Amino acid sequence: MVDITPTNPRKRPSLAPLALIGLGLLVLVAAAYAAFWVLRFLIVETTWFVPLLLVVLKSLALMVGLLIFIAFILLADRKIWAAVQLRRGPNVVGPLGLLQSFADFLKFVLKEPVIPSGSDRFLFLLAPVLTCVLALAAWAVVPVNAGWAVADINVGVLYIFAISSLGVYGIIIGGWASNSKYPFLGALRSAAQMVSYEVSIGFVIITVLMIVGSLNLTDIVLAQEKAGIAHMLGIPWFTMLNWFFIPLFPMFVIFFISALAETNRPPFDLPEAESELVAGFMSEYSSTPYLLFMLGEYVAIMTMCALTTILFLGGWTPPLSLPPFTWVPGVIWFIVKVSAVFFMFAMVKAMVPRYRYDQLMRLGWKVFLPLSLAAVVIVAGALQITGWYR
Amino acid sequence: MTLVSLFFYLFSGIMIASAVMVVSSRNPVHSVLFLILAFVNAAGLFLLLGAEFLAMILVVVYVGAVAVLFLFVVMMLDVDFSELRQGFLQYLPLGALIAGIFFVELALVVGTWQLAPDALAMRKAAAAVPVEAMNARALGRVLYTEYVYFFQAAGLVLLVAMIGAIVLTLRERTGVKRQDVAAQNARTKAAAMTIVSVPPGQGVTNAGVKRADAAGQDFVGQGS
Repeated sequence: MVDITPTNPRKRPSLAPLALIGLGLLVLVAAAYAAFWVLRFLIVETTWFVPLLLVVLKSLALMVGLLIFIAFILLADRKIWAAVQLRRGPNVVGPLGLLQSFADFLKFVLKEPVIPSGSDRFLFLLAPVLTCVLALAAWAVVPVNAGWAVADINVGVLYIFAISSLGVYGIIIGGWASNSKYPFLGALRSAAQMVSYEVSIGFVIITVLMIVGSLNLTDIVLAQEKAGIAHMLGIPWFTMLNWFFIPLFPMFVIFFISALAETNRPPFDLPEAESELVAGFMSEYSSTPYLLFMLGEYVAIMTMCALTTILFLGGWTPPLSLPPFTWVPGVIWFIVKVSAVFFMFAMVKAMVPRYRYDQLMRLGWKVFLPLSLAAVVIVAGALQITGWYR
Repeated sequence: MTLVSLFFYLFSGIMIASAVMVVSSRNPVHSVLFLILAFVNAAGLFLLLGAEFLAMILVVVYVGAVAVLFLFVVMMLDVDFSELRQGFLQYLPLGALIAGIFFVELALVVGTWQLAPDALAMRKAAAAVPVEAMNARALGRVLYTEYVYFFQAAGLVLLVAMIGAIVLTLRERTGVKRQDVAAQNARTKAAAMTIVSVPPGQGVTNAGVKRADAAGQDFVGQGS
């Protein structure tokens, strides 16, 4: 028999790879060239591209900083909780457990997301994304230093209030889309809780706004720097006395407690109540969607801490307007104050037992609502009669 | 085409699409969610108009409160909505007729709209609010200073409606154990406990102790 099988053409040295590489290089160069000219056109010829680019870069910087800060705040939360209970807390991953949050992040991301078969798949996955995105969106107006807000809009306080009132949708949608009784009941409970405490938060904010006369967050901070008790006493360098937590101390307390309830922190963590309800509306969630819920929750907590700092603790201004304090940049003061408020959040979690649901509702509607409503009337009357803060 | 007009078309497009979906989607919960999307886009349109305060209030009031109640109610209703939609085609001609009449009326109104030649000047004269005032301040001046009586009257109407709803639905149930926090806080040591020295070998009831149970009635143990 004569071997008639043709010789394998692949055995011959082929020019195809070389040609492909050459073609690829050509396309790459062309693309880079085109991109350069498009960019040049956008920067030089259009008026909107550079501001847009700046906003994107600013938002990115803020978001990255915020998320890294939250990673360590999460660790601090657990460490403080552990310290109160005479435990060590997370101390294995990295020095002093500093990398624990990142390890947790990897653990969540690498797990398999389980989606219940009877669930509304789209809404089930939309809910955690919504929670996280809305919580992050609130930070667009937060001024971390003089003029350091991504968007310094006139209605900054209202914007944060509006965004935080939208946060309830993540919970309701998540509970409903799970198509299970327990998450649904959990969602109803937490939604009712968040809606209830928003009312008193709104009234507390109004008392501050009446003193400042502006809805802009930067103006609110500046108002605490330029006038107040310290100026009345004739010691304007004692900026700390100017901050609104002294004249509005009852409002400060109500705001703090309402912020705990609004962000579902202990002692108002009935939505989750891990020891009793098995995570409420999040029961069916796992892996990355669960991570997004938790992340959204912590971002919302940070937003509330930042709002407390801005409304009552003078934002980025130093406690004393004297040289050693004024040398420190404002953003450091802001971070220190936010951390201090969060420390209170963490201590409350460690020390106070959980409220029962009817007690929670009673506190919101029968105690805080009348108190804050009365405070609005009292503050308005005091401002009108005495003419302070004019 | 500026960035503003781009956002205008984005917001209006999404708003109209979601408004259509409110009517046409099969699941009522999806309908409510599309309604919320329409609200949010309307707020975006307000922002583009420069009415930032209105935009935020729209989100706080409608999206944050009213639509949550919608969603609550719709989620908890146990109604087969596909059954309710059975008559959709039957009522379609009538609905289409009414919609057509509305559309013709709107077209007539908008089509014959003409601006008076001196309208701009008149508009300036009628404006009760200084132009440079901020959004919130201008609204407040109009609402709480210029038209305060109408505002109060509207508030009274709402109050009457609220009280009416409560009166219609409130029922006092008897036999419900309710926590009275004020009474609990007012309890003193003297009112709440007695100290007796019980002789050994005998029950407390033999020593003449009567225990009050939660309902406040005297409770006598089996020993007596």
